[in-house]
Amino acid sequence: MSKLLILIVVVLGILAVAQLARVYELTSRLRGKREEEISDADNRMNATLMWLFPFAYFGFFLWLVVKYGDKMLPVAASTQGEATDALLDFNWWILILVFILTNVLLFYFAGKYVFSKDRRAHWYPHNNKLELLWTVVPAGVLAVIIIYGLTTWSHITSPASPDAMQVELYAKQFDWTARYPGSDGMLGATDYRLINGTNPLGIVTATSIETRLAEIEQEIADAEAQLSGVLPDDQRHELQERIDYLGRMTARIINLRGVMEQDIKANGAASTYLHGADDVVTKDFYLPVHKETSILIRSRDIIHSAFIPHLRVQMNAVPGMTTHMKVTPTITTDSMRTYVMQDDKFDFILLCNKICGASHYNMQMPLIVTPPAEFDAWLAEANKKPFEAPATPEATPPATDSTATAVMAEHAN
Amino acid sequence: MGAHAHTAHAGHEAGHHEHHHHEESFVSKYVFSHDHKMIGKQFLVTAIVMAWVAVIMSLIFRLQLAWPNEGFAFTNFFLGDKWAPGGVLDPNMYLALVTIHGTIMVFFVLTGGLSGTFANLLIPLQIGARDMASGFINMLSYWFFFLSSVVMLASLFVEGGPASAGWTVYPPLSALPKAIPGSGAGMTLWLVSMTLFIASSLMGGLNYVATILNLRTKGMKMTRLPLTIWALLLTAVLGILSFPVLLSAALLLLLDRTLGTSFYLSDIHLAGEAMEQTGGSPVLFQHLFWFLGHPEVYIVLLPALGITSEIISTNARKPIFGYRAMIGSILAIGFLSFIVWGHHMFVTGMNPFLGSVFVATTLLIAIPSAVKVFNYITTLWRGNIIFTPAMLFSIGLVATFIAGGLTGIILADSALDIAVHDTYFVVAHFHIVMGMSAIFGMFAGIYHWFPKMYGKMMNTKLGYAHFWITFICAFGVFFPMHFIGLAGAPRRYYNYTEFPMFDGVVDLNVVVTVFAIVGALAQVIFTYNFFYSVYRGPKAVQNPWKSNTLEWTTPVEHIHGNWPGPIPVVHRWPYDYSKPGKPEDWVSQITPLEHGEEEH
Repeated sequence: MSKLLILIVVVLGILAVAQLARVYELTSRLRGKREEEISDADNRMNATLMWLFPFAYFGFFLWLVVKYGDKMLPVAASTQGEATDALLDFNWWILILVFILTNVLLFYFAGKYVFSKDRRAHWYPHNNKLELLWTVVPAGVLAVIIIYGLTTWSHITSPASPDAMQVELYAKQFDWTARYPGSDGMLGATDYRLINGTNPLGIVTATSIETRLAEIEQEIADAEAQLSGVLPDDQRHELQERIDYLGRMTARIINLRGVMEQDIKANGAASTYLHGADDVVTKDFYLPVHKETSILIRSRDIIHSAFIPHLRVQMNAVPGMTTHMKVTPTITTDSMRTYVMQDDKFDFILLCNKICGASHYNMQMPLIVTPPAEFDAWLAEANKKPFEAPATPEATPPATDSTATAVMAEHAN
Repeated sequence: MGAHAHTAHAGHEAGHHEHHHHEESFVSKYVFSHDHKMIGKQFLVTAIVMAWVAVIMSLIFRLQLAWPNEGFAFTNFFLGDKWAPGGVLDPNMYLALVTIHGTIMVFFVLTGGLSGTFANLLIPLQIGARDMASGFINMLSYWFFFLSSVVMLASLFVEGGPASAGWTVYPPLSALPKAIPGSGAGMTLWLVSMTLFIASSLMGGLNYVATILNLRTKGMKMTRLPLTIWALLLTAVLGILSFPVLLSAALLLLLDRTLGTSFYLSDIHLAGEAMEQTGGSPVLFQHLFWFLGHPEVYIVLLPALGITSEIISTNARKPIFGYRAMIGSILAIGFLSFIVWGHHMFVTGMNPFLGSVFVATTLLIAIPSAVKVFNYITTLWRGNIIFTPAMLFSIGLVATFIAGGLTGIILADSALDIAVHDTYFVVAHFHIVMGMSAIFGMFAGIYHWFPKMYGKMMNTKLGYAHFWITFICAFGVFFPMHFIGLAGAPRRYYNYTEFPMFDGVVDLNVVVTVFAIVGALAQVIFTYNFFYSVYRGPKAVQNPWKSNTLEWTTPVEHIHGNWPGPIPVVHRWPYDYSKPGKPEDWVSQITPLEHGEEEH
């Protein structure tokens, strides 16, 4: 209600201004003054406002900095983020300097050189030296910005070291799932056709393929049983299409099984198809501090974006491809709570930063950064609940030189 | 439709007198007009209507952001019980509103409205032509624009609501109705509307380029063109080269949506079902979209910069500083705008080396932009400034161009972009540098050329109130958004209450919304002033601003063919203001050079 009142007051205020202007217009028309003749008083008023405006403008800026400066993201909690923040600070100094300089000149000149009929503007169509100056100086400054920026960029985006831990973040409307490699340290292959209630990430193993095939077979059988009954034509048609679709799915999954078998034959133990069973699929997202982690990002349905503001890392999750980012956290969740934020409830948050539907605004997962010892303990506990409980000890075929990631990348394409 | 009404530009002098005696029907004069001045006004009025739709949308979602999940009669009034039960905005409708707000503002107001109005009005008048190269295609251009607007507005009323995937309509979200209700009929209409819009834009653009290159009057060398025309020329060229790419992106998306193709789709499991499409890439769409999308920023901005150059020079009573450098910077911006689109895609998983190339090309744009800003400032220096409302908005444009341009340097730096990508920092940046600058340019143009369009004067006092309230509110709305963004808050969030980490900055949303409401009310002043003055404004004189350019040599009353007699011959550049040795502080372009007088 109070808001409505505020609105009404604002409306009335504006209307009053309009009416005043209207009265002014009518009186000036009576005096025979024309609209295009800007009076000295009007020019002076606007010139004064031009001088006053920067005070309001910079004042507002300062107020925001003072009042909200400490509400901005705190110190970066990753080595990548530290590099970003250093670069950002460097840029801010240059930009704020230019911001103040150009605005002061703009508003100062605008207010100072107000019209006077006793004066003529200075004839000054060009000056090559000046123009060269403000082409070359910005070019020089930008060269520095570009070089510094690209150095940081290549530091952040260079490939993760080979012994970095791999973690997968998997996005779908509207939640995140994490996947850790099991005791083999390697993430298994995935295929979206295998996704079902027990296999939300579509991890490929001999068992998951058989389970999915059986499921589809059952669905086909059910549909056919229904078809044999009495049905309206449109439902019959729909069922028939469904059966055709399931048939094509079956064919593709059988094809996938063939690819898997060949890959295992060619690559032996290195084949990613052998590494899915012990993967840990979890809603808990843990990272060890001071250790480089390579995060692989995938999506089930549409584009999402994995954004962890406190670590200054972000990468889109794109269906049909695997994207990567590396991160080395430098502050544990506990230290953030105790020292940086002084807030017991603080959590690092992984949030979705690409529009993805109605609940986009609440697609989040907390991230816990712990000391390595705690992390290892957590992982050991998590490993007790692998994706598939080991049935028989795996055979160890001879190793080959092709790497698992290459196969996985190929598969993802 | 009065197709015989004129062939005015053919044969400049001969046979002209027959034309303006010809009585026109209402339909051929006001509806299916071939006259560029009327078409310009049609674009403008359509754009004002569309702008109001987009402004009201923004108010609705600003209310939600300031006071999340509270009911507002305002919201319920516009959206009804379906989308705002109890006045509380539905989350799907929230996404629809931000999508359509962006679409309308970028395409219908700042592209169609800005270029459509001023290219049509100014090109023939300022280069000395009887009309556009093809009046008929020009008319079609407007009517395609009109149809496109109608289709876009119609999409607001379909089941499932209008397109909701953001104005960039990235697939798969925009391709799959199962992902979001707005990707059903609403999205189809969005694509149809954009297809019509692109057709309109191409017809307009080809006409503008053909007219500028071929129909300049005698003596109007390219180096004597007003900067408005240079800007509009480059704008048209950018549009011609980039809009077809958007068309191809839209067509492929349409195929993916209707025929089961997989240009943009691969490995998608949605609503419990694995889709059969494989092999496509959503990132392909982004490349195609931003190949238009980035030049589009300059399609929006360049006409505003052109208008500002003209108005600042006229009202500072001083030649624009560095005329050739201004042309050079327009050309440089135009060229560079085609090789920077990847800066919208730093976090899509694109190869980091490719990212580096886009960083370098993007930051290079800051050089011609800096040249323009310094040249504007130097033009003001030791000028003799008359504060018309148009002049105020032009100075306002320089201020917003500075503020928004500088944050662009942050966003262009890929390493920094990671931290602020798709946050409110980006929202602040592009609203200030593109939205505010372009709309200020548009307002400046309207106040300046209103006498030329309607033969009447707008009220100056209301213009002052309009400018100062709008100017203050523009910063009040968008400046705090930088801070919200630096706190890590993503854009396109329905509310921010689910994240304790944003608690410190959410009250800034109230500040923003209050400024937005006041700013919107200031546009009531403008709209009132505009329509009141069209009908009841005082009659204009021929050259109210004592300007040098050719449009002010035409009679106040509009006639077909623009000049009653022969088209004047041009003898000098348009910026001879306060030239030493001249009796007045302005010299029209049609005044011959005196013996021994240097051009400039």
